[in-house]
Amino acid sequence: MSIDTIEGTHPAPGAEETGKTPVLEVTDLRVTFRGFNSNPDVTAVRGVSYRVHRGEVLGIVGESGSGKSVSSMAAMGLLPEHATITGSVRLHGEEILGLDDRTMARKRGKVISMVFQDPLSGLTPVYTVGDQLAEAVTTHDKKVPKARARERAIELLELVGIPNPEHRYRSFPHEFSGGMRQRVMIAMAMANNPDVIICDEPTTALDVTIQAQILELLRAAQRETGAAIVMITHDLGVVAGFVDRILVMYAGRPVEMGSVDEIYYGSRMPYTMGLLGAVPRMDLERQGALVPIKGNPPSLTDLPPGCPFAPRCPIARPECEMAEPELLPVGEQPSAETIRATSEEAGHAPAQVQDTGERRVACIRSGEIDSNAWTAQDIYPVPDIAEFEGYSSDREQRGDMLRVRDLIKHHPLMKGAVLKRRVGTVYAVDGLDFDIREGETLALVGESGCGKSSTLMEIMGLDKPQRGSVEVMGRDVSTLSKADRFALRKDMQIVFQDPMSSLDPRMTVFDIIAEPLATHKVPQDRITKRVYELVDLVGLDTEHVTRFPAEFSGGQRQRIGIARALALEPQLLVLDEPVSALDVSIQAGVINLLEELQAELGLAYLFVAHDLSVVRHIADRVAVMYLGRIVEIGDTESIYNRPSHPYTQALLSAIPVPDPEKERGRAHIVLDGDLPSPANPPSGCRFRTRCQKFATLSAQDQEQCTNIEPQILPTNGGDQGAACHFADRQEGDR
Amino acid sequence: MGKFLARRLLNYVVLIFLATSFAYVLAATNLSPRDYFEQMQPPPEPALVDAQLDKLNLNDQTPLAQRYVTWMSGVFTGDFGQTIQGGSVSDQMMMKAGVTLRLIVVATLLGSVMGIAIGAYAAIRQYRAFDKAATGASFFVLSIPTVVIAIVIQVAAVAVNDMLGIQFFRYSGEYTAGFEGDWWEMLVNRVYHAILPTLVLALALFATFARYQRNMMLDVLGSDFVRTAMAKGLTRRKALFKHALRTAMIPTITYFTFTFGMLVSGATFTEKIYAWQGMGAWLIDSIARQDVHVVTAVSCFMAVTIMVASLLSDILYAWLDPRVRV
Repeated sequence: MSIDTIEGTHPAPGAEETGKTPVLEVTDLRVTFRGFNSNPDVTAVRGVSYRVHRGEVLGIVGESGSGKSVSSMAAMGLLPEHATITGSVRLHGEEILGLDDRTMARKRGKVISMVFQDPLSGLTPVYTVGDQLAEAVTTHDKKVPKARARERAIELLELVGIPNPEHRYRSFPHEFSGGMRQRVMIAMAMANNPDVIICDEPTTALDVTIQAQILELLRAAQRETGAAIVMITHDLGVVAGFVDRILVMYAGRPVEMGSVDEIYYGSRMPYTMGLLGAVPRMDLERQGALVPIKGNPPSLTDLPPGCPFAPRCPIARPECEMAEPELLPVGEQPSAETIRATSEEAGHAPAQVQDTGERRVACIRSGEIDSNAWTAQDIYPVPDIAEFEGYSSDREQRGDMLRVRDLIKHHPLMKGAVLKRRVGTVYAVDGLDFDIREGETLALVGESGCGKSSTLMEIMGLDKPQRGSVEVMGRDVSTLSKADRFALRKDMQIVFQDPMSSLDPRMTVFDIIAEPLATHKVPQDRITKRVYELVDLVGLDTEHVTRFPAEFSGGQRQRIGIARALALEPQLLVLDEPVSALDVSIQAGVINLLEELQAELGLAYLFVAHDLSVVRHIADRVAVMYLGRIVEIGDTESIYNRPSHPYTQALLSAIPVPDPEKERGRAHIVLDGDLPSPANPPSGCRFRTRCQKFATLSAQDQEQCTNIEPQILPTNGGDQGAACHFADRQEGDR
Repeated sequence: MGKFLARRLLNYVVLIFLATSFAYVLAATNLSPRDYFEQMQPPPEPALVDAQLDKLNLNDQTPLAQRYVTWMSGVFTGDFGQTIQGGSVSDQMMMKAGVTLRLIVVATLLGSVMGIAIGAYAAIRQYRAFDKAATGASFFVLSIPTVVIAIVIQVAAVAVNDMLGIQFFRYSGEYTAGFEGDWWEMLVNRVYHAILPTLVLALALFATFARYQRNMMLDVLGSDFVRTAMAKGLTRRKALFKHALRTAMIPTITYFTFTFGMLVSGATFTEKIYAWQGMGAWLIDSIARQDVHVVTAVSCFMAVTIMVASLLSDILYAWLDPRVRV
């Protein structure tokens, strides 16, 4: 790591005002990764400045590649050697950039610590959890006796809510679930009562119910230690109720900064506005189409001279492309004339900007946006998505697309090498009932491991299920001949989760989209015409067809995947988490596309997702799954407005809403523990072990939950139904 | 864990038995002890030859199954039969096995430790001078068969000795014939003789291990847990040594078993070239002498050493990786 520090003798001006030094002060931080083998250099961070005071929470928001993680890793001294870092990072006023590894190591984990994104790979697999925790203590104080370090580790485990810490001390990381490992990571960060904790997407890899637990824990950790927290995330919901101030990053630079309310209720930067408009909202009844931001983030190796967002910005002017706007208070941006004048002078370098705590925006039209009070809907062209008119509005009148009855998928657990014997069963899918009508979207939601994907694979297999039946368009799949099955596949296609790995990298886009057509013996001249039709339909350029998937961004690849799925004109599209791997601004475009396609072609969707906000936006009906069973099913409006199953209630309550005011006022139901193993589900009601309602019931009622498995019974009228003995029902429904 | 090892051990015993049986059948059907006697000058009486063959349990007129059973029942009591010259195979095997084991064990330790250390360090210095040198050296060694390395080193040793004018390197035999002295003088003398052949074997092993360890280390270098270790206050060096290296050694240990077979065959040539009276040299000599029992006994010995190596790597694996300890 080569580091060039700004020689700063000046005490930061903001420090004098507030009368105390910020705990962490980053000034004009720049990070460049040297390119190897004639690859160009990548400038990941280009001038980031912020300050965090004791007890303050700063959120850094940005999409992937915006430089938000790299900037904090640079502050921690964790970047690889080929990174060139310039600027200044001060910890309690002391410059820490450029310190050698040994000196820096003494600060890491003691004064400044970090929680990372992926808890599954964050712990060394070969040491016990307790030893790794104790190591955090002993590294900073070599004189601590082993027994004392061990005591402290157990104390920490208890503090972060690991049950039975004495015993769990000796566990290895692989014996812990993801949520528990993240708790250990947080315990490690708290071990020496640091002054700053940097959290790098601490909940992104976790399920919503676990996310709620971890956020709760981080709040507690902050109360406990009084530390300043830097919360890095792409999820605008997570930060809304958690942080005091927000820094929005785009292409390695901060583009807007201010208090959380200023950003959420009065953003003055088109990018932030677009980002907020692109988030599907779980709390809004009729949101309308999402705000899509066209295009993709720029490549960091070859940035345009002007504002990096200008190519995607709907209100960009020629001046935007002349010079990169500086982060200035609203209304202080230079006029268009000044920009034209200065851009003609050669070698104009952006000035170094310090965080003064004031709200600032890097957009030359911010003053205009402010005075006109524009919102995202005003500046972004929002597509108008029509409703498909072809079907009867009465659900019962429409034809069946898919009907699943009592579907099960059990995997045997085998043991032994030569003589295998069955030692148990994984109840992956355990009795599902649902149907999808023409032109309808049914969403299957639930935490990971609840059996969503197994259900999809069972349905897509078109084989005779282990028990129950699957009917596609009124035909029972168990009675199909091989030829019938092949023909039926035309009507039912799938879009996969990961657009990066689900397209063959050695086939051109044309070949990928043409393959299903060729397989089903469509004549060659029809194929070419159809491929161009499809490319146009999903919003790609016709010139793209000769390229390979690697040349496309995630959103474009997902469009290719959708075009491939639509090639055979299916009537039912199975979507397996189609947007979960995409950035928010890209995700909005794909969701809009799916809605447009449904309106245009009258498709039915089976939509699998874990993101309940996306589901509320797109689905007509929702089925909530828990441990291989549906616990609640019904139309989207009823489920979101009047959830009657305790699990649905908890799930909905766990999702953070991108609205600071609402978020601060909400009480989250935080479920205990993790999903039980599907090999050994609890007796009676499967949810009772984590149920918030179970604890409030009388012993007699609890017995009913423990012994009798609840069946789905209608609640709240309509077609909403919940599998709970004590579901919240409206009067007169029982 | 104990149960797992016991099961493994049982598997290995069965495998050794099978390997030895196959070796016996192969040797007994392909070698011809009768020719050995008939070619003697002056040619002995046919009846005498038969009598001798019967005595040694090598007569091709006796059914193979019968010879096999006779021999195998001896093996179970620790008797590997007689050499074609009439000596006890077991007695000689003890002596020669010691020689080979000494060579193999020292070379293995030296080669693997050197390989792991150099490979791991090369990974840390990826694309730097050290990495390039280490990569170049290991590919160079890997592309040459052990036989050639052995001879080249021997030739080089002769050249160096000639230049120095003294017998600095010893390249023949285990110790100087007729050397008399205190026990420590004997020891120094033996070590002197052992340097070159051990080096030859260690070199080949070093090359494979260095390559393998470098790749494994590269895999874990960028991993999240190394970053976590640094984030909690370990220096880079300490994080790499304590967290990365230990994890990166797990796959290398499994690989150890596979390389061991190669090492044993490499030892065969090296012993022959450096005139060591070990198992390898004995095997080559006894093939020329049509000596069925020795060939089989050596095969059995090799099977045992490879299985012991496997068992060792099983134990090491379980020690390094808690996930396999059930």
